[in-house]
Amino acid sequence: MTNFSATTAAGPVAEARPSARRKSPTVRGRLPVLVLFLPPALLLFTIFVILPMGEAAFYSLYRWDGYGLPTQFVGLRNFEVLFKNSAFLTALKNNFLIIVVSLVFQIPLALWLATMLATRIKGVVFFRLIFFLPYVLADVAAGLIWRFVYDGDYGLFAAIAGLLGVETPYVLADKDLAIYAVLAVIVWKYFGFHMMLFIAGLQSLDRSVLEAAEIDGATGWQKFRFVTLPLLSSTLRLSVFFAVVGSLQLFDMIMPLTGGGPFNSTQTMVTFLYNFGVTRMQVGLGSAVGVVLFVICVTLAFSYKRIFMRHD
Amino acid sequence: MTEMSSSIRMSTGTKIYLYVSLIIIAAVVVVPLLTTALGGFKTLGDLRTNPFGLPVDWQWSNYTDILFGERYWRQMMNSLIIAVLTVTLTISVSAMAAFTFAHVRFFGSNFLLNYFLIGLMFPAATAILPLFIRIRDLGLLNTYWGVVLPQVAFGLGMSILLFRNYFRNLPEELFQAAFVDGCGYIRFFWHVSLPLSRPIIATVGIVSFVSSWNSYILPLIMLNSETMYPWPLGIMVYRGEFGTEWQLVLAFITVTILPTIIVFFLAQKHIIAGLTAGAVKS
Repeated sequence: MTNFSATTAAGPVAEARPSARRKSPTVRGRLPVLVLFLPPALLLFTIFVILPMGEAAFYSLYRWDGYGLPTQFVGLRNFEVLFKNSAFLTALKNNFLIIVVSLVFQIPLALWLATMLATRIKGVVFFRLIFFLPYVLADVAAGLIWRFVYDGDYGLFAAIAGLLGVETPYVLADKDLAIYAVLAVIVWKYFGFHMMLFIAGLQSLDRSVLEAAEIDGATGWQKFRFVTLPLLSSTLRLSVFFAVVGSLQLFDMIMPLTGGGPFNSTQTMVTFLYNFGVTRMQVGLGSAVGVVLFVICVTLAFSYKRIFMRHD
Repeated sequence: MTEMSSSIRMSTGTKIYLYVSLIIIAAVVVVPLLTTALGGFKTLGDLRTNPFGLPVDWQWSNYTDILFGERYWRQMMNSLIIAVLTVTLTISVSAMAAFTFAHVRFFGSNFLLNYFLIGLMFPAATAILPLFIRIRDLGLLNTYWGVVLPQVAFGLGMSILLFRNYFRNLPEELFQAAFVDGCGYIRFFWHVSLPLSRPIIATVGIVSFVSSWNSYILPLIMLNSETMYPWPLGIMVYRGEFGTEWQLVLAFITVTILPTIIVFFLAQKHIIAGLTAGAVKS
């Protein structure tokens, strides 16, 4: 599940509406409501979101094992180490690869299925349900199930190889293949969610535009390319946003599949943070990864807003 | 459900192509799940020679051992406690904050709302080490709260936004009438806003329940004794213990995801709507 959402994607955020909605200041109990209703959220959010993020920036400048106080100031050394670490560079590359696969494979697949499943054919509801099912399962469960599927001794891959009479592939143990095996599971898990977004988008389209196109003699593909797709652009952007954001925080699914191996070939930024920062209590290095991830997320969120929000 | 191309009669060829594609993809989704469930009924040898077929000799004990053991129920209970605490706290804290943003005019309200929305931009993983240190220093390591509090905090941005937008779209007249009658903010919140907010409470509840139920990284970092583990952690430990005895691991996976699948099929409409609307509306 994504922890974040697409606010940045989906709308101008806190612009006050014209004051039509503002209440007269004579309403009783303005102070009590502020004093009672705001602080719980404010405290929780500050203590567990904002301060830790600031501390991550601070700790990233130290070498520290997490006990006592951080005293060994190392400047930007942690970042230097990070960008020279081949496992971290692989992680960056993998995160990028996941985004690319989502964009060129997963989203088109979801869109294609959505156009089929927004029609009146029999069994639509059943297929929608089946395709959405992997999305509700936990990443950990999906990862373990696919670990079985890929297993070279007991799994489905072993059986298929047996049927075809070829040598059993141990995909998850192969440092060149493992990442593709992981990518396949990601698509398996998330295409249904994107499909559902597109179905919702398709259902809110103005049918008269499509009918007009039909009357003008547009073919199915022309209708899709020149009418449906442009009208779906806001859904499409949302879907891209989720794909990007989800891929950046990918962790849960990697752990049961490969744990980041073999030979660090399937690390992502977050598995790297866990394997190198958390388990070895290298707070400085781990925090530096957090800072890099934070900068990437915020940059993406803002550039996304800048590029797309103008049109909405 | 609207129909996109209902006005076109599909040729039989198109129909066949359509169904064949859908069935192939459905098979890719379902076969791993079914073979997992069936694999749990097999012996290891059976699994090795016959991973796709029905079990030759149904090993009910694989399942009954788990279901009559304490471990499975303990993990489910832990997950449930953490999820219920998370949902309750998320809904109450964010509904209250959102109410002030929707109805009360005060200095800096826009600034504060934007402050909460920063939380939407990055995942908990970015700050996981400082979070660990904070929870440790608060003495909350290995407690439910150590998982619940950060989880709630990172969900606040989205739930406050959902609630605020919903409150703002309630009919204006309600407000006017209530205040003319001398009703204060807090009574209005209790007696008018909340009772009218069931749909959005359901959305926020579903989103936070599902993400808590499935969450892995926070409990992994904050909990260190197995008696506290929610199921995603427990299942990984189980897999570590039983290693290549896949038939047992498969049975364990099956019983842990079964509640999710049952609830999903029972409440599919609400869940799909909740999870996609939760994403889209915010």
